[in-house]
Amino acid sequence: MQELVNRAKELLADGTVSRVLGWKAGDMSYNPEPAYFNSAEELENFVYDGFCGANLSKYMIEASKLEGKTLVFLKPCDTYSFNQLIKEHRVDREKAYIIGVGCKGKLSVENIKAQGIKGIESIEGAGMNDGCDTLTIKTLYGDKTCSYNDAMLERCHVCKGKEHQISDEVMLESRDTKDAERFAQVEAIEAMTPEEKFAFFQKELSKCIRCNACRNVCPACSCRKCVFDSTKYDTAQKANVTSFEEKMFHIIRAFHVAGRCTDCGECSRVCPQGIPLHLFNRKFIKDIDTFYGEFQAGEDTESRGPLTNFTFDDVEPSIVGERG
Amino acid sequence: MSIENETFRPKIVAFCCNWCSYAGADLAGSSRLVYPADVKIIRVPCSCRVNPMFILRAFEKGADGVIMCGCHPGDCHYSTGNYYARRRMTLLFSMLDFIGVENGRTRVEWVSAAEGVKFSTTMNEFVEKITSLGPNVRLEDLRCRN
Repeated sequence: MQELVNRAKELLADGTVSRVLGWKAGDMSYNPEPAYFNSAEELENFVYDGFCGANLSKYMIEASKLEGKTLVFLKPCDTYSFNQLIKEHRVDREKAYIIGVGCKGKLSVENIKAQGIKGIESIEGAGMNDGCDTLTIKTLYGDKTCSYNDAMLERCHVCKGKEHQISDEVMLESRDTKDAERFAQVEAIEAMTPEEKFAFFQKELSKCIRCNACRNVCPACSCRKCVFDSTKYDTAQKANVTSFEEKMFHIIRAFHVAGRCTDCGECSRVCPQGIPLHLFNRKFIKDIDTFYGEFQAGEDTESRGPLTNFTFDDVEPSIVGERG
Repeated sequence: MSIENETFRPKIVAFCCNWCSYAGADLAGSSRLVYPADVKIIRVPCSCRVNPMFILRAFEKGADGVIMCGCHPGDCHYSTGNYYARRRMTLLFSMLDFIGVENGRTRVEWVSAAEGVKFSTTMNEFVEKITSLGPNVRLEDLRCRN
């Protein structure tokens, strides 16, 4: 971590960049937050460890409008989002100095709490130089341990790989954490009967409080005016009133990012209610792969997305019923 | 007023493109072909004008089935609109299936301006299908029930 700070200070000092976009320590050891650093002194608060799951690509939309270059740290999966934003002309490549940082799988404190570990005071073993096998957790009730892989975010179990898709330089080692099939969860739901599917989504989506965190964090959701904002007042829309609204919000949100979603998993990470929102996006990705050929958004900055493209012999919509 | 004894009459929304299917419906009418009055036609400039949200909104407001009709692929008035619509609807229908909405409540049919007969048979079939599926309870907004 110190080498990242040193490199950032160098780049600030020689004037290559005007500011640094990274993560700063939060009030607990497990909740660092994205932050801008404008000087070497401010960089004292910089932190990079297993809890820095936040994808910084979306912040580059605003940073692209500022004077001078911004140094941004991107993990391998974040670089897909950045590429996708370049393709959509939302960020300016010239305004970004990208350091691709290594990633050993990102952690979620929710997964630790789910194992019955309460009263967490601090967590050790999440640093980039640690072995990534065990986390030592200091709690009000004594020391507890937890396996690193069990605390990982869902998206890290289906890791897209260690390669940075775009970067000016790469620092720190990465670890391939893939240990599950990407579409296994989607396939499990597809195998259910319509009644079971409906009950499953009713149960999950009825937890939605419409805080719009999934929308605000999503690098693909970068419209200035959203269909879900009120047309009368300058506010985000009210909470869901009916069981229908919560479904429609999530279906339409997933549809709007279909073909552009890089499967970065930020929506599921930030959901305060723990709704597995990535299932919607991954279902669209699976369908696009089956119907229109394999496509990974953000792999390049040139190609046309599957929903802005067509072929003369695409499948007919009736295929959905025929598959049974 | 008792509604228990009445048989179920579905509410069907049909999005028809201005250039082919709407003219097809017109031809069905002027040819004196019969199709159920449960079908409410909404004219759109092109099948690709149909936002997936329109379909969900129709269900929200109490539709039991939604059908989209457009020009045959290759015959779009705007050259390529229906190709895009085809991809969108495939993905949307697949998603509706994924969240447990019955298959068959949504349909896409390509109807040209000369196919009055096809329009009428399609609508008869679709209404029959929706009648057998019964009222839409999974996607409706209960406030819109009268």
